[in-house]
Amino acid sequence: MGDYKRLKTPLSEDDILSLKSGDRVLLSGYIYTARDAAHKRLLESLDKGEEPPIDLKGIVIYYCGPSPARPGRPIGAAGPTTAYRMDPFTPRMLELGVKGFIGKGKRSKEVIEALKTLKGVYFAATGGAGALLSQRIKEAEVVAYEDLGPEAIRKLYVEDFPLIVVNDAYGNDLYEEGRRKYRKI
Amino acid sequence: MREIHVDRIIGTVKNLCIKANYELPQDVREFLLKALEKEESEVGKEVIKQLLENADIAQRERIPICQDTGSAVVFVELGQDVHIVGGNLHEAINEGVRRGYTEGYLRKSIVRDPLRRKNTGDNTPAFIHVELVPGDKMKITVLPKGGGSENMGKLVILTPAEGIEGVKKFVIKAVEEAGPNPCPPVVLGVGIGGTFEYATYLAKKALLRPLGVRHPDPFYAKLEEELIDEINKLGIGPQGLGGITTALDVHVEYSATHITSLPVAVNFNCHATRRAEAEL
Ligand code: SF4
Repeated sequence: MGDYKRLKTPLSEDDILSLKSGDRVLLSGYIYTARDAAHKRLLESLDKGEEPPIDLKGIVIYYCGPSPARPGRPIGAAGPTTAYRMDPFTPRMLELGVKGFIGKGKRSKEVIEALKTLKGVYFAATGGAGALLSQRIKEAEVVAYEDLGPEAIRKLYVEDFPLIVVNDAYGNDLYEEGRRKYRKI
Repeated sequence: MREIHVDRIIGTVKNLCIKANYELPQDVREFLLKALEKEESEVGKEVIKQLLENADIAQRERIPICQDTGSAVVFVELGQDVHIVGGNLHEAINEGVRRGYTEGYLRKSIVRDPLRRKNTGDNTPAFIHVELVPGDKMKITVLPKGGGSENMGKLVILTPAEGIEGVKKFVIKAVEEAGPNPCPPVVLGVGIGGTFEYATYLAKKALLRPLGVRHPDPFYAKLEEELIDEINKLGIGPQGLGGITTALDVHVEYSATHITSLPVAVNFNCHATRRAEAEL
């Protein structure tokens, strides 16, 4: 297994440019959860001229709707959700300064293109490894849209969160490359 | 007539919801271990290792295997000589789900209606399939079903002339198109025959069969094996990152059908194939 790259949030443009599809990353620092409903509400409020509830510059968004925390724990199971549902919102999030996205599953052509032109990275976390990933989350706090329950925006402090770069800022796509390499029909 | 009180049903369903979400079934674990030995991709191996470690952490630390603790799909085999007392079956199952998902710290993922989408707050209603069988026992199986894999499901009505090749093509294409989305390695339920709705029911029911158990009819057992083989040649691999483990298993169920019809339904389950059953 190749070595892990260690990265800290917020991500700089240099961080982004140093990443290639297939790189394995251990991410530490603050990241923010947001799913369909939170994206929708955030962008709608910006359209109305309102301030965003969080500073979006250089942040990493985690597509995740955790299960409830047991007493004494910061969070429940917290693996990634399928990313394509957020595709329509992603180019705009990049324009607003978001640098990284964590989810699972393929992204649209438009997203892959926007990652290239606006310099961002899409990481995959292991889907369904919700218990394992939960243990790498040290703090969690709802910072916006509490009424959305599991879909609220949460600020998480993660340590050594294990990720793999799927779409880098150069237009590469690990899902395509990986599949081609092992395809036998 | 044997009497079963709804309180027992409520308690059983509650416990099954919790058990299914915290304890990966032994057969799934064994299949992941086998896949780890065979997998050629290093990244693929790493993913499978994470999944096995995840299952251990879930059980030990009481954190759900996956945060999507699913729709509560409940299969009931109800002996016709059972008399349910103290209430009704559907309400009892829903009450069990309500308690299991609330007391078990499971995620509530159900919205009341598909367009206005307000969360019901307790993961009810369950999706309940009752089959009347001979005898005076009752078997309940809870299958928490995640959205990522469920959303990749497909149904087609082929012409009879398309035959077995048409079926294979359709199933393989569904897996190919789903790619990483249903959290591979997947378990596939394939329903062939019946009617429009019955094929999908069979596909779901096929997911109840333990991994590694082949269809009792050798013809369909062979079809299962061929599908597994071909799907694992697609290269999708664990989490879709490339590899030779795309499906852990494929289960086919068939039924009689109309002379003009060949319905085929594919239901995906993820590597977090969760199920728990109990007999009352
Ligand atoms: S597809 Fe399965 S393993 Fe993946 S996130 Fe959904 S429920 Fe979890």
